[in-house]
Amino acid sequence: MFTAAAAGLLIAICLALVRAILGPTVFDRVLAANTIGTLAVMLLAVIGFLTGRPEFLDLAIIYGLLNIIGTVAVLKFFRFGDLGEPGNGDLPR
Amino acid sequence: MSRLISLFAVLFLFWVVLSGFFTPFLLGAGVLCALAVAWLANRMDVVDHEGHPIHLGPRLFTYWPWLFVEIVKSAWMVSKIILDPKLPISPTMVKFTPGQRTVVGLVTHANSITLTPATISIEVAPGEFVVHGLTRENALACIDSEMDRQVQRFEGQRAVKDAA
Amino acid sequence: MSEVIYVLSWLSVTVGAAFCIIGTAGMIRMPDFFTRAHAASVPDTAGAGFLLLGMMLQAGLTLVTVKLIIIGILILFASPTATHALCKAALTRGLKPPMADGEVISKR
Repeated sequence: MFTAAAAGLLIAICLALVRAILGPTVFDRVLAANTIGTLAVMLLAVIGFLTGRPEFLDLAIIYGLLNIIGTVAVLKFFRFGDLGEPGNGDLPR
Repeated sequence: MSRLISLFAVLFLFWVVLSGFFTPFLLGAGVLCALAVAWLANRMDVVDHEGHPIHLGPRLFTYWPWLFVEIVKSAWMVSKIILDPKLPISPTMVKFTPGQRTVVGLVTHANSITLTPATISIEVAPGEFVVHGLTRENALACIDSEMDRQVQRFEGQRAVKDAA
Repeated sequence: MSEVIYVLSWLSVTVGAAFCIIGTAGMIRMPDFFTRAHAASVPDTAGAGFLLLGMMLQAGLTLVTVKLIIIGILILFASPTATHALCKAALTRGLKPPMADGEVISKR
């Protein structure tokens, strides 16, 4: 049963990967990357059940946290062209 | 103060759940870490009605199941649209005034709109939501919706009215 | 009783995986970015929810279930925020959402 679920999740990840490769705009790619992240969290949890090792759930939690930070960082970069406060720019270097 | 104690309890519970060990050393380390984080959060001034909304309390547990049913219903609808060979979509944007008064209520409403497939909140400000819907019916259904009323009940507007 | 729970969890996991595949297939079929975002929220919410529900039924009342609930809360809080930020960023960068009526319907 969990083998079937893992196979289904892998198919879904492949489909999202196709969109990430095709994606005409950068936002399509970020969207696909975000979906792949969510699916990977699910896949990690399913693999934990498949192999009977609940430690994989901790990995899934960490991966979920990193996924949010990654998406928001990339978005910030594409919205402002910068990862932090740009400052006023005329300070002496 | 009650917020601080509840924050400490939640943090310590989180530690216990993630560690899964019950030796005195690890529990003691958990208490120390939870205390340190609670102290830092207090210093950062983020332990308020927005950062740690315990006043919502049990209403969370009546709102979430309702939301889950809504999510399943609209996910089924979007799946039907995706599997339809004609792809019957009519993307629409609507602008409307939400009925919430608190920041937590507005954010809950916006997040719920985005969580249910087929609608995405694009602009969120007090008194103005811009929502993008997959079909015209989906987008128009967001105006004065059942969700709006549910979130109003969730943020406690009914209770405030009764008290006043 | 345990058979009923087994069948329920099997059903739930299957439905979740099916929603994941349908949602990502929708991401390929949809014509533009905003409609793709609608399709992408299917695996993020319903797919993940049903998969986690099935796994919770399988695990029973253990620490594993609590961790699964934490993962679920994480996804349910993070994914709408990410989608909203993504759409707003796309709109401010000048991506035009296609609209059936050609304009924003305003109602107050």
